[in-house]
Amino acid sequence: MASRGICDRVAIVGMGCTAFGEHWDRGTDDLLVEAVGTATQSTSVAIDDVDAFWLGTYMSGVSGLTLSRPLRIRDKPVSRVENMCATGSEALRGAAYAVASGAYDIAMAVGVEKLKDSGYSGLTRQSIPGDGTGGTLGTTTAPANFSLLAPAYGRKYGVDEDQLKEVFTRIAWKNHKNGSRNPRAQFRREVTRETIACSPLVAGSLGVFDCSGVSDGAAAAIVVRAEDAYRYTKRPLFVKALSFVSGAADGNVDPGYDFTTFPEVAASAREAYRQAGVSDPRAQIAMAEVHDCFTVTELVLMEDLGFAPRGTAWKDVLAGTFDLDGALPVNPDGGLKAFGHPVGASGLRMLYECWLQLRDEAPDERRIASTGKTMGLTHNLGGGPGECVSFVSIVGTERS
Amino acid sequence: MTSLLSYGSYIPYHRLRRSDMQAALGASGGRGSRAVASYDEDVVSMAVEAGSAALRGQRCLPERLYFATSFPPYLDKTNAAVVHAALGLDRATLAVDMAGSPRSVIGALLAASEARVPALAVVADIRTGLPGSSDEREGGDAAAAFLFGRGTSETPELATVLAFASTTEEFLERWRTPGEKASHTWEERFAEHVYRPLAEEAFTTSLKAADLAPGQIDHLVVSGLAARAVRQFAQASGVRPEAVVDNLADRIGNPGAAQPGVLLAAALDRAGAGENVALVHLADGASALLMRTTEHLLSRRSPTGVLGQVDGSHGELSYTAFLTWRGMLDREPPRRPEPDPPAAPPTRRSAGYKLAFQAARCDACGAVNVPPGRVCFACSAADQMSQRSLRDTPATVATFTVDRLAFTPSPPMVAVVVDFDGGGRFRCELADATPADVRIGLRVGLTFRRLLTADGVHNYFWKARPLHEDGTRL
Repeated sequence: MASRGICDRVAIVGMGCTAFGEHWDRGTDDLLVEAVGTATQSTSVAIDDVDAFWLGTYMSGVSGLTLSRPLRIRDKPVSRVENMCATGSEALRGAAYAVASGAYDIAMAVGVEKLKDSGYSGLTRQSIPGDGTGGTLGTTTAPANFSLLAPAYGRKYGVDEDQLKEVFTRIAWKNHKNGSRNPRAQFRREVTRETIACSPLVAGSLGVFDCSGVSDGAAAAIVVRAEDAYRYTKRPLFVKALSFVSGAADGNVDPGYDFTTFPEVAASAREAYRQAGVSDPRAQIAMAEVHDCFTVTELVLMEDLGFAPRGTAWKDVLAGTFDLDGALPVNPDGGLKAFGHPVGASGLRMLYECWLQLRDEAPDERRIASTGKTMGLTHNLGGGPGECVSFVSIVGTERS
Repeated sequence: MTSLLSYGSYIPYHRLRRSDMQAALGASGGRGSRAVASYDEDVVSMAVEAGSAALRGQRCLPERLYFATSFPPYLDKTNAAVVHAALGLDRATLAVDMAGSPRSVIGALLAASEARVPALAVVADIRTGLPGSSDEREGGDAAAAFLFGRGTSETPELATVLAFASTTEEFLERWRTPGEKASHTWEERFAEHVYRPLAEEAFTTSLKAADLAPGQIDHLVVSGLAARAVRQFAQASGVRPEAVVDNLADRIGNPGAAQPGVLLAAALDRAGAGENVALVHLADGASALLMRTTEHLLSRRSPTGVLGQVDGSHGELSYTAFLTWRGMLDREPPRRPEPDPPAAPPTRRSAGYKLAFQAARCDACGAVNVPPGRVCFACSAADQMSQRSLRDTPATVATFTVDRLAFTPSPPMVAVVVDFDGGGRFRCELADATPADVRIGLRVGLTFRRLLTADGVHNYFWKARPLHEDGTRL
């Protein structure tokens, strides 16, 4: 019994990603048609060549028909998958494993979410008949759930409230700055640190600008066997690692959990590094796209992903380590902060930035420095502190 | 008749100044304040608080529960059953409502004191009226509970019931049809005229039965919503003026059906051993209950008492918040989906946790699982759990946040993760607190609340509430 991974057995040979934003004039079907179309156009694969599809959507449709209907896909399997905010990454896992198994030659992972049709800001929950005790993620909102990290982190590592706020502000500032250079981002303006720091409080010490937005979007990736990859593109992305952890949801039950980490993220990162043969992520990873749903989340992720020792990531943030021109650029596309979070699409949107950056297709104004490093990481999280699912992928341009 | 074995009271945390009410409506004056049940409290949740206080540390558990209120959250469905569940009473214990009028309290006290088995009378009320009315200004919200039974060496009698007498008469003094937001009353002078002989007759009859003279009453409680009549009877009763128990109206208002209970508790709080306590309640007639205290009262009553709750730490409430909480001010709802009501089957399955806050202690490793699950979070042992309620177990805040986005009638919501002494963690709201009150390390206890009402279903569950510095409950 072992998790063996599929390092270098499959490759991504085509991708598409819509602009993310408030698409009042376009529906789920439009977003799907565009993402799938741009993915197939990016390579020499026609949609009829695709043998199987995995569609990730949290709440914009049920069943594979959500994809096969608008695209009129006939006689093919379409699996609809859902894993909270890691739904897009779950679609990629399905497609990648299916190809690695030998069952299919070509598979496509698609993620979509249409949030702005609900009339509400923020995510709405699907209602499952319950006992009214709300589970542990019941009555409080997502920003509140994540903001629980702040006082616990500050207290454990001796970082006072003002310092923490400066760290959060720096993260938001960085991601908005990166996003301002990305035509697909929802928010394409730089935001001053003063504006961020003084924005109205939403939960705990998190202000409006510490929270990611709500948007619509879709993205798609075409997966083939690694040995076939160069038939479709000169620059494939080889899948080095796909790891996924669904937590025991005991952080809100176990007094031993201290709200300064996501143990599920740390575990999924360890597993991904093992699959990919990464021993020093901070040194070996060229760039990372991480789940910055809130600024405090990105801070804690830097430690859980092994980019900084425990209790020190805040110093790295302030030192610019994770800036676009830093030693390890994090969220060079602008992250959830600048893109908003169409749940089913975000995981594949992260992968899309690896697709652009590692293959030297990112525009000059946000291209990461050429360092000879060939691997990128995506991290996708669903749930909240104490109770979450975590996905980590590592992709690279070289097949060992 | 049996004897009083224990009692408890509950005064909600919030106070509304009468001068603020007056000022908001362009009037002047207004003296003192009234107690206000929080937006997440109702008579049932307050009854649970008072009932818990009466039963805390008690070995004798009631086999009957009588719940009196003028403001039942449910019709058709027994409100007392929720109190019964939250207090963790035995399934064989009868729980019934005596609901509708402030007189119901007498029925509950009498039924409990005359029962052949240990019986708990719980009384709770929320009083309000139309904006600017005297009912709104002078009303109050509170609860009290009294456990009656036969004394034992473990559970000695705190007081014995000496006599009871009552008069009943039908007249139009105060009334309300179901669904109406406020009561109607006739002239106060009419009430005074009608109640006077009714109260005198009940009181005199009870004194005669106990072979006592008015001068031998050491503590007289006169209660009722007809303020003039109540005042008049207290003066004309023949009881020494200093024996008349303060009605607390200037500090908490008149909590209707709960007033006799709260004031009787206040009288017992101040009584010495071997003293005579009289309760006279004016409501659609009058009732008089005479009790004599024992030497056990002094050592066994709560050190906090009613006055500790009345004068203890409390929150100032704005009149607009009060109107909003009582449904008198219909404010724009948040742009969020309506909350779902709890569903009947899952609610019934988890009743032990949801209502009695039963946690599961793992027999294999001792870890306390909240909510109770079948597989232990600590050692993964399956189905080796023992249930135990953490209702009265103190806890400490591990981390917290202030949620300014969450829907609550009292924004912002203060949310905490708390760790119970002896194990177990619970994530919940912090009630009766402001953002300035919360910090890591804060000591809290549980409090039973009505989280919300959706589709006509009241969702009761638990929240945390700060404890006093000395660890006692607020």
